[in-house]
Amino acid sequence: MIVELGHYALVMALAISLLQSVLPVIGARRPDAALMEMAPAAAIASFIFVLLAFAALTVSYVTSDFSVQNVWENSHSLKPLIYKFSGVWGNHEGSMLLWILILVFFSALVALFGGNLPFSLKANVLAVQAWITAAFLFFVLLTSNPFQRLNPAPIEGRDLNPILQDIGLAIHPPLLYLGYVGFSICFSFAVAALIEGRIDAAWARWVRPWTLAAWTALTAGIAMGSYWAYYELGWGGWWFWDPVENASFMPWLAGTALLHSALVMEKREALKIWTVLLAIMTFSLSLLGTFLVRSGVLTSVHAFATDPLRGVFILGILVLFIGGAFSLFALRVQTLSQGGLFAPISREGALVFNNLFLTTATATVLVGTLYPLLLEAVTGAKISVGPPFFNLTFGPLMIPLLLAVPFGPLLAWKRGDLWAVCQRLYFAAGLALLTALAVTYFATGAPVLAALGIAIGIWLIAGAITDIALRSGAGRVAVPIMWQRFKGLPRSAFGSALAHLGLGISVIGIVTVTAFSTEEVTTLKPGETMVSGPFALQFEGLKPNTGPNYTELQGRFIVSRDGNRFATITSAKRIYTARRMPTTEAGILTLGPSQLYVALGDETPDGGTVVRVWWKPWVTFIWIGAVIMSLGGITSLFDRRLRIGAPATRKATAVSAGQET
Amino acid sequence: MTRKQKRLAIIAGGVSVIGVAVILVLFALQEQIVYFHSPTDVVEKQVSPGTRIRLGGLVAENSVARGQGTTVEFAVTDTANTVSITYTGILPDLFREGQGVVVEGAFQPGNPLFVADSVLAKHDETYMPKEVADSLKKQGVWQGEEE
Repeated sequence: MIVELGHYALVMALAISLLQSVLPVIGARRPDAALMEMAPAAAIASFIFVLLAFAALTVSYVTSDFSVQNVWENSHSLKPLIYKFSGVWGNHEGSMLLWILILVFFSALVALFGGNLPFSLKANVLAVQAWITAAFLFFVLLTSNPFQRLNPAPIEGRDLNPILQDIGLAIHPPLLYLGYVGFSICFSFAVAALIEGRIDAAWARWVRPWTLAAWTALTAGIAMGSYWAYYELGWGGWWFWDPVENASFMPWLAGTALLHSALVMEKREALKIWTVLLAIMTFSLSLLGTFLVRSGVLTSVHAFATDPLRGVFILGILVLFIGGAFSLFALRVQTLSQGGLFAPISREGALVFNNLFLTTATATVLVGTLYPLLLEAVTGAKISVGPPFFNLTFGPLMIPLLLAVPFGPLLAWKRGDLWAVCQRLYFAAGLALLTALAVTYFATGAPVLAALGIAIGIWLIAGAITDIALRSGAGRVAVPIMWQRFKGLPRSAFGSALAHLGLGISVIGIVTVTAFSTEEVTTLKPGETMVSGPFALQFEGLKPNTGPNYTELQGRFIVSRDGNRFATITSAKRIYTARRMPTTEAGILTLGPSQLYVALGDETPDGGTVVRVWWKPWVTFIWIGAVIMSLGGITSLFDRRLRIGAPATRKATAVSAGQET
Repeated sequence: MTRKQKRLAIIAGGVSVIGVAVILVLFALQEQIVYFHSPTDVVEKQVSPGTRIRLGGLVAENSVARGQGTTVEFAVTDTANTVSITYTGILPDLFREGQGVVVEGAFQPGNPLFVADSVLAKHDETYMPKEVADSLKKQGVWQGEEE
């Protein structure tokens, strides 16, 4: 019964979305306040109905109701409870429902906290959100219904794919979708602005918090996914340039560009057309990602087993929304007035530089991702584009961009003085240079690129600290006053400094691991010892063990350095009982920022075990940096100017927005 | 600078960055991509030694043999033709005889043996690498669901 109610709730949500797609737009044209006012109410109602549907599916998972096909295919009565919850989105149908839930969640947020938006803009934004919602609800109901019943009901389920039975599944997809789907708000704002034919700095101020929120979640989501793949797959890698990784990385790159260009638009009313275009492109890339993952055109860790109808359906949605938005853009672009002027050397100029490089980098990733698909469609030849392609195209584009980062926040708006900024960055540059020298000196034989890369990381970190120090008046005022100023700095200043600092930390992690990690593959018999980096690992042999829904062979290693035994690592080969599916559970020992990573292979006929060991110096910097970047996003989100929903600020924003228009 | 000059400077900068990116992409697409072949393609097209390719098919029955240390030898087949592979390292969890795999590597000069440096198997039992599925369909030995 609950299942049927869930199905019914989805249909209700679709009906409401269809109304919400049309009536507010008519209301905004007439103008008719009653028609416009239905939009927030409808948005909240459809959120509640989708939430009900999602709850219904969750209940059937938790109670192991195998009469539901989706539950039967992806669950098992012995599965630990947390995976019964997270398993709801561990499959195509359920994750699509989560996708829509987050979409309507964002619409509801706009409905609830968009009190300071102009009436007609709010109505149009919610209508555009409803177009997307309706399209994807049609998709779920027609091709991917999670509430399909089975008759007769099987006694036991087929269990969740063991790779997904991990805490990562509980965190990675929701965060990723919050980011991915969160950009829909930017898209809706852009399309609504095009419908109205009016756009100003206030528009950018409304869009920025949504961009920031989506970007923050996407940053954390991608980082989480990367760490999950790293420890779960047992391949020791943290990024594979897999098409599906690229599918989430492209919206991130474009979203990062959007974050920066919206800043220019908000402060200086310049780059209007570009910002609108970027808002459309960012969500288009999210949609493209959804298509790539779910259409079955790709071979990947993430690819869901799919039927072709789904691919065609999403392709239709993709063409409709991207094509529609770009046509509208082309029609209306004339009506958007161009904004403030600026010199090439200025804060605006720096942000344009940022946008130029980020979007070009996005384009290279796009080419690398789509080229194999296009080539196969046209010539039938099958190719794979792997890390070498991206290292050669994406890598060189990142170097000038990263070098330029510390300059941006220090340049003045409108017209900057590059030489003065250089002088302020002496300290950071000196530190970076020293680092480069130190790396070449201590790590003899280190590649030049490694020294350069680590120096760039230090440059970013020192640049971010310089920015905050100068804003506090370092060197110009006494320390107590500096402290006062420091405390009085806007949160957004801390936000951007933290994000840039986090980027520097990630860069250091990436470079160190790429240049200095070592990998050993060997066969060990119990009692034998192998060496990895500065450590010796003694193999103690394999021991059987039983978990709730799997059996495993555990291999224990005693780790020693210079003869001192100080830790053990346990790695395992698991077999999940329900699917008879083997997995590798990597053993990871974290030592400061570095990790020792052990994966077990097969047993050899002579009683040995194949063992693969990586020593990964400073590897955790990659994810720590990303977490700091997200924290920067959160900090910025709490900036007084952007705080949404707080009554006091709402008033202030309304007044200042009124002054500017 | 006048307004026109400023605009020119920005456009020139933009065009040069995009130009560099295009050159890099074109170069990388020539040098850094790897073609996928089935065992039959390999026999018919005579892939030259040293060229990196991806080779996909089923692991032939009774072909897996462990050699010295961590070296494994096996054969990949599309039922019409078979190629012998040697690989050093850890095989994926789902590597089994009769299962679909994709290996990446190159033929060595003067040797019919294919030296692989990576072996990819499918990630769960309902899933077959797409290239392998396509090439098996071409051979008419596809046993999965019909599309």
